[in-house]
Amino acid sequence: MIEFYTNLHPVVQGVLKGLAVIMVIFPIGGACSMAERKVSAWIQGRPGPNRAIVPWIAWVPLVGPFLQRLGLFHVMADGGKMLFKEDALPGHVNKFYFVLAPIIAMIPALTTVTAVPFGAYLDQAGKVIPLALANVDIGMLAVFAVSSLGVYSLILAGWASNSKYPFLGGVRASAQLISYELSMTLSVVPVFLWVNAPGREATLGFARVVEFQSQTGFLGGMWFVFLMPVSAFIFITALFAETNRQPFDMPESEADLVGGFHTEYGAFKWGLFFVAEYAHMLIGSGVFTLLFLGGWNPLPWIPLAQVVEWLSALTPLAAHPLFVGVLSIGIFLGKVIALIFVFMWVRWTVPRFRYDQVMEIGWKKLLPLSIANLIFYAVAIALIQK
Amino acid sequence: MSDLLFNIFAVFTLATAAGVVLYRNAVNAALCLMLSLVGVAGLFVGLDAYLLAFLVLLVYAGAIVALFLFIVMLLDTRGDPRPTLHKLPIVARILAIGLVVAGVASFLTRGQLPSPNIANVPALGANLKLYAYQLFTTYLLPVQILGFLLLIAMLGVIVLSKKFEGLEDIK
Repeated sequence: MIEFYTNLHPVVQGVLKGLAVIMVIFPIGGACSMAERKVSAWIQGRPGPNRAIVPWIAWVPLVGPFLQRLGLFHVMADGGKMLFKEDALPGHVNKFYFVLAPIIAMIPALTTVTAVPFGAYLDQAGKVIPLALANVDIGMLAVFAVSSLGVYSLILAGWASNSKYPFLGGVRASAQLISYELSMTLSVVPVFLWVNAPGREATLGFARVVEFQSQTGFLGGMWFVFLMPVSAFIFITALFAETNRQPFDMPESEADLVGGFHTEYGAFKWGLFFVAEYAHMLIGSGVFTLLFLGGWNPLPWIPLAQVVEWLSALTPLAAHPLFVGVLSIGIFLGKVIALIFVFMWVRWTVPRFRYDQVMEIGWKKLLPLSIANLIFYAVAIALIQK
Repeated sequence: MSDLLFNIFAVFTLATAAGVVLYRNAVNAALCLMLSLVGVAGLFVGLDAYLLAFLVLLVYAGAIVALFLFIVMLLDTRGDPRPTLHKLPIVARILAIGLVVAGVASFLTRGQLPSPNIANVPALGANLKLYAYQLFTTYLLPVQILGFLLLIAMLGVIVLSKKFEGLEDIK
């Protein structure tokens, strides 16, 4: 099986790997939309979606009603509804850009995945090899560069809709995304200053960041969320703004803008915006996990290799690369899903900011804070690593 | 394979750059500029300068053209009808023809660059540390001057856009 795969043409291998990752992201995006509704319901003290069910599963005793209560089939119902609904194209829009905008929304969302490692395995020598579509040196920069192109979908959707509310949403979106990109980029610089220790080859890749969080000793095993709490705070705040989540969902802001940039959209085109938002959340959470939460290490001060060592004392099967790979992906996804829960939790905890407050937080609070944070860590790292 | 990709990106960059000039709709032109920059990034990837490629994407395609588009949308320009050629003053025509002739002539006479020895060219665009080191040692002065220029431009925008009524507003 593995021989058959490794004998394939590299391009075919790459396409297969890419498809595999997309096949995982799409269902997780769908599951997130369900989880969003269920978590919202749970926080607000109501049952949430619990009606839809496929007939022949309803006949299974106990399991059927349980799955129905869980609302699992609402995902299928929602997806089917979005696919088969009439795809209306309003008469007053700029048709080319109107159709192009949701497609552009998906491209950066799915392209950034290539640079994000999502697991690791141990080779024969016990060295940790990260699993990624492309484990590039430029990692963080690639993610920032490609995800910064996501702003075009919002601008174009707002502009092409050719009506007031979408336009206001598009304008707000572009201003907000560009404002928070600055603080976000500055907040991760201390991390990369720290991992590019003197005498090592320079890299902006995530693998090195995780490697630095899985060393031995008190300082070595410490996750960066403890070492650089201000950076982590700025990064996650900017991430909320970049993914248009509450309390920063200015571009949508249904209280005053109907639906913001996607007011005129319906059916599958709207669904694409939705999936793109969840894909952005997934990848943003993944990047936060890699940078600040130790990546695929299960607990602070307990790296993956340590756990594998313990497990292989019980059974030799645990050292198999396949097992380690699945284990590390599981740990990584667990953290990402926990972070997505935090996204939903914050949604129902912090009320939406006014637009002027969003700008003030971005420019007058987060940006000076991230610059001060960078200067502090630059001096500290220069002194420690001397 | 990589030569083919390089050629494709080169054609793509030039075609979209022509679109920037030729489109009357400002939004189309701005998007062509963005695509052209993506093409330039592709060319850099073809030259193994990944760092430069992603910097072009991040700074120009991701932020600056987005701001262009933002301004175009705010102004909602429909594109003024172009001034027809026969209304141009005679001096401008002569000047334009002279510039084109000078450009073509200089390209024909001095257009050949001596091909450098590839081994001697430092790969600054590919190696992160080398690039940063050069930026903060050899090229420190240009970097500082450019930063200062940007600061001046920013202050100028603030001065021009903010309405100062009395002395109290300046504080």
